[in-house]
Amino acid sequence: MDEPNTDVIPGTLDLLILKTLSLEPMHGFGIARRVEQISRAVFKVNPGSLLTALTRLERSGALDAEWRVTDSGRRAKYYSLTKSGQKQLEAATDDWTRRASAVARLLRAEG
Amino acid sequence: MSIWRQFQRGLDVLLHRDTADRELSDELEHYVAEAAAAYVEQGLSPADARRRARMDAGSLASVQEEVRSGGWESMVEAVVTDVRFAFRRLMGSPGFTFVTALTLALGIGATTAIVSAVTPILFRPLPYPHAERLAAVVEDHKGVRGAGTFALYHAFADQTHSFEALAVTRRWQPTLTGAGRPDRLSGERVSHEYLRVLGVSPLRGRDFTETEDRLNGPRVVVVSDGLWRGRLSADPAILGKSLMLDGDPYLVIGVMPPGFQDVEDPAAELWAPLQYDMSQGTAWGHHLRTVGRLRPGVGIEAATADVAGVGRAVLTQQHPETYDPNTDFMVTSLQGELTRGVRPALLTIVGAVILVLLIALVNVTNLLLARGVQRRTEFALRAALGAGRGRLVRQLLTESLVLAAVGGALGIAVAAVGVKTIVALSPPGLPRADAIAVNGTVLFVGALVTTLVGLAVGILPALHATRTDPQQEIQHGSRRTAGGHRRARGILVAAEVALALVLLVGSGLLLRSSARLFAVDVGFDQGRMLTMQVQLSGHRFDDDSSIVRFFTQALDAVRTVPGVTAAGFTTQLPLSSDDDEYGAHFDAEPNRPAATYDVFRYAVTPGYLETLGVPLLSGRSLGDADRAGSPLVAVISASLAHDRFGAEDPLHQQLRLGPAGPYTIVGVVGDIHQASLAQSQGEAVYLPVGQWPFPDRSMSLVLRGRGASALLAPAVEGAVWSVDPDQPIVRVATMSDLVARTAGERRFALTLFEVFALAALGLAAAGIYGVLSGSVNERTRELGIRSALGASRAEVVRMVVSQGATLTGIGAALGLIAATGLSRLIASLLFETPPVEPVTYLTVTALLFVVALVACSVPAVRASRVDPVEALRAD
Repeated sequence: MDEPNTDVIPGTLDLLILKTLSLEPMHGFGIARRVEQISRAVFKVNPGSLLTALTRLERSGALDAEWRVTDSGRRAKYYSLTKSGQKQLEAATDDWTRRASAVARLLRAEG
Repeated sequence: MSIWRQFQRGLDVLLHRDTADRELSDELEHYVAEAAAAYVEQGLSPADARRRARMDAGSLASVQEEVRSGGWESMVEAVVTDVRFAFRRLMGSPGFTFVTALTLALGIGATTAIVSAVTPILFRPLPYPHAERLAAVVEDHKGVRGAGTFALYHAFADQTHSFEALAVTRRWQPTLTGAGRPDRLSGERVSHEYLRVLGVSPLRGRDFTETEDRLNGPRVVVVSDGLWRGRLSADPAILGKSLMLDGDPYLVIGVMPPGFQDVEDPAAELWAPLQYDMSQGTAWGHHLRTVGRLRPGVGIEAATADVAGVGRAVLTQQHPETYDPNTDFMVTSLQGELTRGVRPALLTIVGAVILVLLIALVNVTNLLLARGVQRRTEFALRAALGAGRGRLVRQLLTESLVLAAVGGALGIAVAAVGVKTIVALSPPGLPRADAIAVNGTVLFVGALVTTLVGLAVGILPALHATRTDPQQEIQHGSRRTAGGHRRARGILVAAEVALALVLLVGSGLLLRSSARLFAVDVGFDQGRMLTMQVQLSGHRFDDDSSIVRFFTQALDAVRTVPGVTAAGFTTQLPLSSDDDEYGAHFDAEPNRPAATYDVFRYAVTPGYLETLGVPLLSGRSLGDADRAGSPLVAVISASLAHDRFGAEDPLHQQLRLGPAGPYTIVGVVGDIHQASLAQSQGEAVYLPVGQWPFPDRSMSLVLRGRGASALLAPAVEGAVWSVDPDQPIVRVATMSDLVARTAGERRFALTLFEVFALAALGLAAAGIYGVLSGSVNERTRELGIRSALGASRAEVVRMVVSQGATLTGIGAALGLIAATGLSRLIASLLFETPPVEPVTYLTVTALLFVVALVACSVPAVRASRVDPVEALRAD
């Protein structure tokens, strides 16, 4: 049972959701699939955390939600980025880049 | 904006939980469907795809739960659920809930009521600006407070430097005539600075001036807001009008602000300048109260030194006859002085109620512990089913809080009723009784303390359940192994018994003391005697002889009332708070130096001593022939005769009373109690009413009749009014009422103590009962084995009872030790009863044991009925 850890790095789920939605509005499973595909299956998102995070972001005003009919003809809840969500994404991206590069530098220095 | 959105969404969810849930499950279903579709694309069969998608998502219910618990509204929902569940649990065991809530209510309510009643009296500042600077100047004669004299007030006002303002006051009860029926008002004669001492000025009009406060000064009066609004119909032009008081017109110069209260006499409605008459040498009469406002920064000690210095100097220079040369002069806080009489009783009651609160706390702790033990299996089961420690603790906290809320609400009711009862029971002299009201802070603190204890005790079982292995706990649950808890509860019950015993001892002592007090021989026959006071007012009595004539005629009229068998007038009535003392002076004789004794002075009509039933020990009583103009005679009391003459015959000796005399002693009568049941200062001089140079305008009538003397009152009043219809009659009371009233404070303390002691006894009994019946339940199996092995019923009963007796015995021993120490605190309330009195201690201990035995008997009998077969099969 030595599977690689596919958990999302704590604290980054919001960033991943915001980034994914910055391309186009999407429903919950769409977001999960996109995250998995783009990360090449490094991260898998479970529906509990995802829907909780979506509800939270919707409430804080970063996302809007509306029920729409999908291409396959099913009703689904679509999330889209709001202006405040866009700002939050930029801030979070800057913050992440700054910290990730710092971590990368540290690791290089040690190595 | 964002917070508002958060709030709105949460509220939406709360109000439309169904819609929100449906939406969530739709979304989730769609999620799984999309996931399945994705698997189908990868080539799985629809059924397999669906299964895979489902597995990936995990339990849908727990996903829903996770999403749900994200918002703030989930907390609200959890609390509501908890509260609802707590109510169900509490209703499930109504006995426990009832007893616990009642105990809490009693503890919180009684404490709140008592502290609410006592704090304003003892601690709330007097209702004046900078009340902390108000002080009383008092004279202390070997520990006994004496009234002040005008001469010393004068010296203090002139020569001390500690006071911003200093004043003397005297009761004044003028009769108001004019519009409507004559009314006797309460007021004070005050020296001109009095209102400045209190720091309150009239709202309309003005204060007194110094020139108005002189003998034969103008007749002016300041009235209270209540009098102005009531009797004076809120006349806007009242200033400058006159009131007829005792037949003289008094110019109204001021109206006090609404809410102003004169603490020297809470009933006072009007104030007039003292206009003290020093011409008759009465400046040394002790009948004034002295109050002052200290200068800022002057302390009580400094002021005392200042006053004592001046007082001593005056006494050594002038050595007045009315002063003991060793008199101490002191300055004390006015508030302390006003509450001096009731302070020990009130503090004792506070102590008693704190004991009750402690017992209530112990009892609640005990009940919760017992319940915790019973519920250990339940908690273990819930922990095994996945309830986290936090969840269990939260549930128990909620239960404790609900219980505390119920108890607190009942407590408010108890406090409200309690405060009313206290005011109703309060002794007539209780100062500032009007300030008593339920104190919110105390109520809150009481509820908080009990709740905190409830919480602390309540969560123990939850912690225990989550700490131990649930499986083991469930397996052993039915065996009821609870040794540690039982010991803790045993200790608590012993503590409860000890506290209850302290209260029982206290109330036992007070009860005995009270019985002794009411058994005191006051020196006369108290039964079936009616008393009333007649007050003369108006100019028709300016002539002294008309006063004596009125009382003589009134007495004749009263004696003709059918049913009246004996009657007489006196200037001061025993046990009525009348206090008129003079120095009785005896000249030097060959074998005795001159001496002065403090005596009660009575000017009486013939028949008074006979009506009262004071025994005549030698010589004769006072008769009709002893009148103005005839030789001056006096009857003295046995103790005065003994003080002065020892075993010798005092008849035909002479004495002077203050400025009057000399009187020839013609008789000796027994001592009576004048001041109170407890005080037996018996030195007294009785003079014929016509032979006292300054006739008193108010005298008390005492009479006896056939049958119930109280029924004679209307006819007797009619007889007095037949002589003069304008004279008010006040203070109509039977002597037994007066006697009861003089012991009012003691009775007040006693009543409350009895109530508390009974409550404590009840709580302790409940505690013993609870522990024993819990222990019998827990030991059902053991008892079953015992009886299976041949233990007889009697042995089982003995076993349970001895367990109860041990707890009671330990508690009683501790309680007796504590009581011997604590009972000293109520020594000042006890009359001829030592704080450590074996009989009382033994009696209440016996009572406690009897009650404890009754509490033991129910569980003991239940234990003896345990059927061994049933008990063993039960597991």
